[in-house]
Amino acid sequence: MVAVHLWSSLTRFTDGARVVEVEAATVAEALKQLVETHPGLGPILDGGISVVIDGEMVPNRHTAIEPGAEVYLMQRLKGG
Amino acid sequence: MAKDEFREFKLVGTRPDRPDGLDKVTGRARYGADISAPGMLWGAVVRSPHAHARIVSIDPSKALALDGVKAVVTRADFPEGLTGEDWNLQENTIAGERALYDGHAVAAVAATSKLLAEEAARLIAVEYEVLPHVIDVDDAIKPDAPVIRAGAADASVPEGMPPNVVRYMDFGRGDVEAGFAEADLVMERSYKTEATHQGYIEPHACLGQLGADGKGEMWVCTQGQWYIRKMCTAVLGLDASQLRVTPSEIGGGFGGKTTIFMEPLSLALSRKAGGKPVKIVMSRSEVLRATGPTASASMDVKIGLKKDGTITAARAEFRMQGGAFPGAPVDMALYCCFAPYNLTNVAHVGYDVLANRPKCAAYRAPGSPMGAFAVESLLDEMCRALKIDPLQMRLKNAVKEGDKSSYGPRFGSIGLIETLEATQAHPNLSIKLGPNQGRGIAAGYWFNHNGETSVSLAISEDGTAQVSVGTPDIGGSRASIALMTAETLGIGYEDVRVNVVETGALGVNEPTHGSRATFASGKAAVIAAGHAIKEMCRRAATEWGIEPEAVEWVNGAAQPAGPNAGKHPPMTIAEIAGKMGQTGGPISGHHESVPEGVGASFGCHVVDVEVDPETGRTTILRYLVVQDAGRAIHPAYVEGQYQGGAAQGIGWALNEAYIYDDKGRLANPVFLDYRIPVASDLPMIDTVIVEVPNPGHPYGVRGVGETGITPPLPAIANAIEDAVGVRMAHLPMSPATVLAALKARG
Amino acid sequence: MSKIHVTTVVNGDAVEFLADPRETLLDCLRDRLGLTGSKEGCGTGDCGACSVRLDGTLVCSCLVLGVEAEGKQIETIEGMADGATLHPLQRKFIEHAALQCGFCTPGILVAAKALLERNPDPTEEEVRFWLAGNLCRCTGYDKIIRAVLDAAAEMRQEAA
Repeated sequence: MVAVHLWSSLTRFTDGARVVEVEAATVAEALKQLVETHPGLGPILDGGISVVIDGEMVPNRHTAIEPGAEVYLMQRLKGG
Repeated sequence: MAKDEFREFKLVGTRPDRPDGLDKVTGRARYGADISAPGMLWGAVVRSPHAHARIVSIDPSKALALDGVKAVVTRADFPEGLTGEDWNLQENTIAGERALYDGHAVAAVAATSKLLAEEAARLIAVEYEVLPHVIDVDDAIKPDAPVIRAGAADASVPEGMPPNVVRYMDFGRGDVEAGFAEADLVMERSYKTEATHQGYIEPHACLGQLGADGKGEMWVCTQGQWYIRKMCTAVLGLDASQLRVTPSEIGGGFGGKTTIFMEPLSLALSRKAGGKPVKIVMSRSEVLRATGPTASASMDVKIGLKKDGTITAARAEFRMQGGAFPGAPVDMALYCCFAPYNLTNVAHVGYDVLANRPKCAAYRAPGSPMGAFAVESLLDEMCRALKIDPLQMRLKNAVKEGDKSSYGPRFGSIGLIETLEATQAHPNLSIKLGPNQGRGIAAGYWFNHNGETSVSLAISEDGTAQVSVGTPDIGGSRASIALMTAETLGIGYEDVRVNVVETGALGVNEPTHGSRATFASGKAAVIAAGHAIKEMCRRAATEWGIEPEAVEWVNGAAQPAGPNAGKHPPMTIAEIAGKMGQTGGPISGHHESVPEGVGASFGCHVVDVEVDPETGRTTILRYLVVQDAGRAIHPAYVEGQYQGGAAQGIGWALNEAYIYDDKGRLANPVFLDYRIPVASDLPMIDTVIVEVPNPGHPYGVRGVGETGITPPLPAIANAIEDAVGVRMAHLPMSPATVLAALKARG
Repeated sequence: MSKIHVTTVVNGDAVEFLADPRETLLDCLRDRLGLTGSKEGCGTGDCGACSVRLDGTLVCSCLVLGVEAEGKQIETIEGMADGATLHPLQRKFIEHAALQCGFCTPGILVAAKALLERNPDPTEEEVRFWLAGNLCRCTGYDKIIRAVLDAAAEMRQEAA
């Protein structure tokens, strides 16, 4: 299981849970499962987010998630 | 010459002349407005004089009656049915049913001369029905504010929020109330910052051509030619690959040239004028009224501090307006504002609010300067109250590798503590100050960014190398990429030519933004050079009849890796390249990725000011920027980023602001009134480059472009309080506002 | 509007062009003569990117009409180097990394040259005030000021 940390305003879509456990080996699987279990997250994830695994921003959906990794969803980052 | 624990460098860390220097000191470099084409027309744009108005009718007949006027376009010439950000871009390019801000484009015209196009634009009759408008973020968030656009809120906004709130966020961890209860001092303050403009000296300019077959070309000053391509083709309903975009030299961007404004208009005009190329060059007032300034912010911050300097809890609630479209960088502001501090209890709340202003674009570390202004100002005030040294307080709470960031994930390798220690050691801190003089300190943060990157490298027949990159060179990136490529190949800096190429020449690249050009294009160029080296080693091995693995690359030549590989004299890159036609053909390397391993950059600024108690004018006496570069590839251009960021921050702190009249019209759309710092406003800007190498980059680069604009806003506010004892909580701290504060204090 | 024939000397070369009487000297230089080294940053005389010399006087060419150039001597950035030999200011700007985007550079170089002809030994403050009409948004001016002072020092040494 992988624990995905959400930002708190997303808890409206996860019955209050700030951390959602998913069974996933990759970023894409984790995102897919998040939407399957909490469909309200769909529009947010489709709108563009950044995925951070163990402090590293991970741009590739196919990146593997090691068991026990710390996964955070953040608003999409870019810069000037 | 730089070195780290493992390596010494021949070129990385040196300061050679930049490759494009000669062109830029002789006037030869070609910027956006410097190109013309055979049969070219000039375009001009009709803009709304109202902050908010329904467009009743547009009558171009008088304009079209002029000899030499070739085309007029309105929204009717653009496809319908766009959604999301594509629709936002189209609506911002040219208004649909309503004009949403002063300067919003309503129509455009193309004619055979610039003066004729301008005259024709004046003759296009637009009838408006003026609607109520709202400018200030605190007004715009009221439940009864004029509604900019119903239904613009995204899924993040809970039911029942005011109508102009289009994005909402809250996040954090721990228990802030318990944290505040542990503190010896809890303070809560409100702050405001006004919208400012990137203020690049080159106005937007483009030359677009589009035929009835849907094929087009564009020459444009931009930070990102692929963004121009993607956005223009989306707005016009074209196939992306059919538009070829060539970036000009760029006269500054700072984030403001990462999006589109009048570029689709030139293409639409060209198509309507039978495919003739159409050049559009914005005036300065068009730039200020109708491009993408940054957001304005209204912010509440509450912090708990112990007498020993430990921060026990922190809470921020930020409201930002980014114009008539979603996208104010309130999320980034919240992520960055507490980033320097190791916090157990932290809470953030943010509102992205619509107002009748131009659609904000990125501006150097988008959001971070505002957040830093609020948080670093309050921390300074609290340090004063508890008589704690502000630098010691920052050292006590500073984040380090492995700590959880205030916004969630753990930090990798970072250099905040090294940066603070270097600040503490700087001689500027021991200079004695006189009457009405004060010293201010503040820290700042920016994540840095990677982004889609595609780079191609080719070895020429004489053993020199060319590198094609997709990131326009705004501040010396050709030089830094050439240094890294030459270092890797083991050849001279002058033997590498770095070309910024058009969209037809590479895969998709994100713009030069997010402090990413030297990090991402540089990393890709180094990897591409590695591929070419591998191929050159293979060719040498074949020539020698040994295994490729038995060949190594040293000082620009292939050589046997050890005594078992046989005795062969080194084969230089020139020798290998000279024979490449007979050994298998061209030798090249390329790399495409979204490079991982971005390294965040912290900075700390110290400013000494003198405030004139008679006029309220603040003079910057001296200024120090200390920042972690990871590694400075070309230190002169790293210093340049630090100094330029500080100067922009000084302007934001002291002078710059979008000022609107009561009709919602921008009152200062010229440089005389939107006053950016001039040479006589500033002292020399001292810099210290801290180098904590980023393990995610082959030469340790972090990216340095953005962090430097973050600390000046609070550092100067802190210095003003130190000088004259007034706390300025609303930017800009112009002479009038400082004087008013001095008088109010009595 | 009918155009006016203008005869003038630009960087030592006699040139002619037809100017709309409303056209600025800057537009004439750029669009009629192809001398695009002078830049328009504001069109209101606030940024100095269009700085040229008109009979030796430093002017914002966006505030001068093209027809006013009749019979005058104009110097632009394109005439600053002596053939392949750069003016010391141009060399020092490259050496000191005194440009980032380079857009304000032509105007600043033309203005700085005018300063050093009047005052070969300016103080830092004099350089800052002379260049206060030339906006640069990239550099914070630090390296620009150093480059001008260094060029001045070198030119004094050469003259001595």
